[in-house]
Formats: sequence, structure tokens, C-alpha cells
Amino acid sequence: MKIEFTLNNEKINIDVQASARLLDVLRDDLGLKSVKEGCGEGECGACVVLVNSRAMNSCMLPAGTIMGKSVVTMESFKHTDRYKAIEAGFLKAGSVQCGFCTPGFIISTESLLNQNPNPTDEEIKEGLSGNLCRCTGYNMIIEGVRLAIEMGAGLW
Amino acid sequence: MKQAISKSILRVDSRKKCRGEAEYISDWKFDNMLFAKTLRSTKAKAKILSIEVPEIPEGYFIIDKNDVPGVNRMRTVVSDHPLFAEDDVQYIGQPILLIVGPQRETIYSIISQIKITYKEEPGLFTLEDAEKRSILFTDYNYKKEDPEEAFKTAHRIIEDTFSTGYQEHVYLEPQGIAAEYKDDTLFVYGSMQCPFYVKGALLEAMDLPEDKIRVVQSVTGGAFGGKEEFPSLNGCHVAVAANKTKHPVVMIYDRDEDILCSTKRHPSEVRYKVALNKNDHVIALDIDVLLNAGAYNGLSSVVLQRALFSATNVYNIEHLNVRGRNYMTNLVPSGAYRGFGAPQTIFAIEMLFYNIAVKLGIDPLEYKMRHLLKQNDPTCTGGRVREEVKMHEIIQKIVKSSDYYNKLKNNQKYQGIGISLFLHGCGFTGKGETTINGKIILEKKKDIVTLKVSSVEMGQGAETVLRKIVAETLELPIEQVIYGKVDTGLIPDSGPTVASRTTMIVGGLLRDTALEMKKRWNKSEDLELSKKYKHPKYLSWDDEHFQGDAYPVHSWGANIAEVEIDPVTYELTIKKLHGVFDVGVPIDERALIGQMEGGMVQGVGWATIEVMRTENGKLKQANLTDYKIPTSMDVPEIDCDFVLNPYEFGPFGAKCAGELSFVGSPPAVAEAVANALNKPINHLPITPEALMEIDHED
Repeated sequence: MKIEFTLNNEKINIDVQASARLLDVLRDDLGLKSVKEGCGEGECGACVVLVNSRAMNSCMLPAGTIMGKSVVTMESFKHTDRYKAIEAGFLKAGSVQCGFCTPGFIISTESLLNQNPNPTDEEIKEGLSGNLCRCTGYNMIIEGVRLAIEMGAGLW
Repeated sequence: MKQAISKSILRVDSRKKCRGEAEYISDWKFDNMLFAKTLRSTKAKAKILSIEVPEIPEGYFIIDKNDVPGVNRMRTVVSDHPLFAEDDVQYIGQPILLIVGPQRETIYSIISQIKITYKEEPGLFTLEDAEKRSILFTDYNYKKEDPEEAFKTAHRIIEDTFSTGYQEHVYLEPQGIAAEYKDDTLFVYGSMQCPFYVKGALLEAMDLPEDKIRVVQSVTGGAFGGKEEFPSLNGCHVAVAANKTKHPVVMIYDRDEDILCSTKRHPSEVRYKVALNKNDHVIALDIDVLLNAGAYNGLSSVVLQRALFSATNVYNIEHLNVRGRNYMTNLVPSGAYRGFGAPQTIFAIEMLFYNIAVKLGIDPLEYKMRHLLKQNDPTCTGGRVREEVKMHEIIQKIVKSSDYYNKLKNNQKYQGIGISLFLHGCGFTGKGETTINGKIILEKKKDIVTLKVSSVEMGQGAETVLRKIVAETLELPIEQVIYGKVDTGLIPDSGPTVASRTTMIVGGLLRDTALEMKKRWNKSEDLELSKKYKHPKYLSWDDEHFQGDAYPVHSWGANIAEVEIDPVTYELTIKKLHGVFDVGVPIDERALIGQMEGGMVQGVGWATIEVMRTENGKLKQANLTDYKIPTSMDVPEIDCDFVLNPYEFGPFGAKCAGELSFVGSPPAVAEAVANALNKPINHLPITPEALMEIDHED
């Protein structure tokens, strides 16, 4: 089926099976490697992308459901000021270890701050609860988000 | 006083990882590459009577035991695991053959059409069954002084038994590996901890000369021991496939397959018999450690060794009789996992001392402290504790910062606080370091220095820490110190990335070599220096009788957990974790805190929510929906601190850290729960169902 949607701010048309996982379409057909597969069942958040500005697990989305929507991955998000603030926070706090979960955490952070620019610690934890990290024990990621909010004041 | 080296720097690989630009093996592309998928046993124990394969479309291949050019065994400590099943299968998930081809959908369709006829046989699954009827892989025993006599003269004898369950690593990046031939050289690329282990396995499986095999590590998304021996198996699989198909072959596991067939932490049972004198002092221990090794022995015997040499933890026990057994069962092979056998026995002895203290009406911490090892005391294997033991300083610090005694006194029922004391032997056990004889190279070209080691970056920060050690020594900016590509064709074998040995052993070699380079530094002259590991001469080890110095030095620590239990649902909440550690000198404080917090949370997961059980050989929690690891909602505030205790042979005084982080939180949490319910906790994981039962017991 032909699917038209906005990918990283550009309109595109692709011909894929409607039931194909958005994750596979992004990685295999469109070569967007920042989107990672960690579990394939919507538990780990490594494949999170922004769909109409909200973080969604791309492994759980049939490609047919994104018709007409806007999908943003790290490939374009990394050029934004918001990204730069989040990156600065993550680097300073030591939020990154093995890195496989990191793009997903950053996309989830953007989604959280987009909806709630001044989250409490509990709200940060809840906002990141769909992303698994096995390396850090999370506190250094939560601290990274706190620092991003501070350094990116006014961006959200 | 904080040391200059401890001041944190920016992790060298973090920006790339944030941007999603780090290339894990699943991101690699090869021209004309084929995908591989493994067909696995669905039976726990069976003879294979026949395998019927449908007609295969052109360009697709079946790879099995007949395609292995060399030996059909995975080389490791005990090389008993067939690369591809022969006449029988011994566990659900055991690899039988690969289907290889250009389209994944077609591969799946071929798999669904392959018919295997099995003749099933009764399997063995639990330690209880195994102890009655199973094959014993390993049976170890060592003694200290005269335990028989001590038990004869004991004032009182106490017995207690502890058990722990499985743990799955859940590195976020599933296992992934690829192979290709370039000219007549085999290249294997993948997510791994030990490139030279994979090379060793390929040498035997592929029957190639050493210079025709190169193993290259790709960016590795977490490992924790799970990528220690396992890549030797899937690495041989793709190599055999690349050899037969003459194409590059890539094999990335999905999560369910990864959980089904990859190694896990050994389930354990630990039985203690304790002899007390009339002052209630522990004078002798009889310790019996049982590990469930699964279907093949693999690394289990060395895991058992560390379990046994950690079985007295930080305590000085005069008389010992220690036995350890590894049992074969028809379950997925257990293997390396952060802590490597020590978490099981350290949990057990911490709870043992707690239980005895409670029974005797003595403050548990005080009771533990009466038995603490001091400098120059004999270790459990009759070696010597050579380093200064700073446990009193550690305990003082953590008791104060956590307000331990006030909380202990004022906690209501269903609120609890617990403290664990622990150590970790740094580096390989016994003669391990001498056997590996690790080598490093430092190469200087103008003002750029490249360090060539086989220690890998897998998330723990090795690249940053090792580059930092060299850069600080040579007084160069870190950008001028390059981490050589981890490719066995370009680097020496400095040993595997395991046993918390990277910073202390490999970092130590780099530091010594960099000091020498600094002396000979001449701006225009290129220089290559190498160094081999030399075991300190004063250490001795008898591998047959387990006597002597099992480890050159230990790192030490204490953890405190504060918990609350819901009196209705018995849901357990960890309110706060505290950790104080002696790792010698922190090389980079932030990197180290990242290790400590991550390890403590993994330990909490093992102790509480990470339930993995089997039924007739089948995992009941076989995906991340059923097997839960901690999320951001589950973690409390964590307080981390260090005491300085420089080790003369460690770089800048550093000792081991990576596994030390794990061993303390499980007993701290268990003790806190025991304190909250005023009941002993002798089993992990502590589930709400178990707590309800324990609370209602008389």
C-alpha cells in the first residue's frame, strides 16, 4: 500500500505492506539506524520515535497507521536546539553508558517536555518509564533530564 | 582528599551514542549479505530421529553439524557444547541448524516447514532432582584448619539454607554477530566482551591457521557477562555459514530468542552449618554450594570457584569445610553474569549472619563486625589479606550518612532497613592472570599515542578510563590518545573484558608502559612499547587444593537499603539505597558512580522483581513482558560514596569495581525486608506472594 507521511519534516511516499512494523520501515527501507530494536514487543522503548510530537514505540505501530502523520527520529531531531539542551544534560550527568537505549530516552524526554516543560521528579520518572536501561540504574538519566530543563529553559 | 585522576571527564563515546550515530552490529551492512536464523530444539531432552527439510529455494541454505570444517564444539573452559546438535538435544533452545538466505520472510517460512522427529526422554530440571540423579559436572572441596574438631567442641551448632533464582542479563542490545571472508581470511564482527575467546573458538571450529581469522568487536550495547562466552557459539555459527554460502552472513537475535537460548545467572542453593563457641562467635563453617549449571558445563566450574572463594565474604572464620557442586540439568546453560558466583554466596552468608544475630538477640551489624577480616588475616583459602582493610571507616561512613541506627530503632512494622558488608576479589581467580598473560601495546607516532588492547568498551566506560590513564600519565589531552580498533589482527591479547580486571590489570599495564614512554618521550621519534602481565611474586596459588591467594587484592564495600512493604498487597518499595565502596582510587568518579548505581539497581532487580522460573524445562518468563527488570519508576534515590585506599599495583591506585557494585544490594534489601517483617528471608527473588506467606507464618 502507498503511504504518505511526513518523515523528519519532509513529505514522503512509500509503498509498503500496511501491516509492516514502522520500526522495520524506518530501519530497513529508509535506513534510519538511530531507531533501535531492543525487544520488539513495546517494552523497552529503544525504538521510540515521535509521532505527531508524542513518543511511540515504532515496533508496535503498523506502517498503515502513520498515513498523514508526522514522524520524527533522531536523524533530524539531533539538529534542533531542544536536542542540544538534552544532549548537554545527558553528557554532563553521565546518562550514557552502552548507548543502545539512549536515542529512545532522548526522544521520550522531548515528548515529556513538549507536554510538560516543568515536570517534577515523579513526572520525569513516569515520562521515562516506557524506556528500559540496564546500565545506569536510571538516576543519572533522570539527572540528565533535570539538567536539560535547566540548560534549555524557554525552549519548551 | 580527592585525587586529581578522580575528577570526571566527558565520556569519549557519549555524544555519538546520544545522536544515534554509534553503529551496533545490527546497523552494519555488507554487500550481498545473507541473514541467518537458528532452528532450535523444542524439547528439553530427546534423541533426534529425523530432520525433514522441504525443498529450499535457490539462494537459501541449511547449515548444520556436517558443515563444520573443524570440531563441532564451542571452545571455552569446558568445551562440551556442540555448535550444532548431533544425535540428541539437552535443552529447549539448543541450536540444531541455521537457515540462511537473502529474505527474512522466506527464512521464517522455511523454518516453519522443517519437521524434526524427536524421541523424548525424561529430563532433569531442579537442583533437588539433580542432586538425586544427575550428572555432577564439578565437585570441589577445600578446607581450612580443622573443621571436624571445631564442630566436635562447638558450644552450639546452627544450620541454615539459602537459595536464589535465575537472572537474565537484559543487555539492551540483543546478541548480534556477522561473518565474511575477505580473500581467504575469515572476519567475524559482533557484540562481544572477549574477541580472543571468539577467535579461539573459531580456530577449533573452522580449522584455519591463526593468521586467517580476525575477530572485530562492534559497538556493544551492554553485556554484564552475557557476552562473555556466548559469542563464541553464535560466532562459530555465522562463520560456518559464511564458509558454506560464500556470502557475508548476519545473525541478529530478537529478544525472545535471546532470552530463550543465552546464558543466565546460575540458580543456587547454599547450605551452611555453623559452629559457635560459648561467646557466640562463629568458629567454624561447613558450606555446601550447589549451582544449577544447565545442560552444558561451559564456564560453570570457574563460576563455582568464585562462589566458593567468596563464601566467607568479609569474615575471618577459623575453621572451614567448603564443598561446591555444579549439576547438569536439561535447562539452558548458565554462565557468566556480573559477580560470577559471588552474589549467590554473599547473599547467603550475609543473611546467615543476620539470622544468627537475630536469634541470639545481638545487633546484626555489631555481630558481623565482630568477625571482620583485618589486614594480614588469612583468607578462606589460606592466603593473606595484604591490603589495608578499611571496613570500619566504610561502615562508620554509611551508618552516619544513612542514619542507620535511628531508622532501625524508629521503623514501624512493614518498614525496614538492612546493611550488607561485602568484598570482591579483583581480577581472575587463582592462576587466571598468569595463564592469560595479558599483553598491551602503546604506539606513539609524533604526538599521537594509540593504545592497543583487547579490552572492549561495552558501556562500562573502558574506553574513557583507559585513554584517561594513558593521557594523564603522558600529560597529553585525551584527544591525542587513541583507542586502537578492537580487531584481533591488529591488537595483542590483553585478556577478556571480564572479572573486573580491565581498569586494574590492563589499566595497570598501560600506566606502567606510559610511564616508560614518558621517560623516553622525544617529540619527533616514533616509539612502540609493549608490556606483558607479571603476577606479583609474593602471591602463590595451588589450583589442585585451592590453597593460597585466590586474588591479588580485594575491593570492599557496604550497602544499606531502606524498604517499605504494603501490608495489604505486600508490594515492596525500595525507599533509598546507600553504598560506600573502597575501590582503591576512583579513576573517574562519574563513570564509577554510573557503575555503582547501575550495579546496585541490577542487584535489586535480581533480589525482587526479576522472576524467572521453569516448568518441565521451559522458561515461564520468556520475554520482556513477563520478565520484568527495574524501570525508572522502581528506583529510589541512591547515595554513593568512596573511601580512598590506593593499591600499589593498580593504575593511580585503582582496584576492581564493576562487579563489586552488584553483590551488596541483594543482601541489603533482603535484610531490610527481614527487618520489616521480623522474619528471616532465605530466598531470592523476594516476591509479594512469598512475603505474604512469610508474614503469615507462625
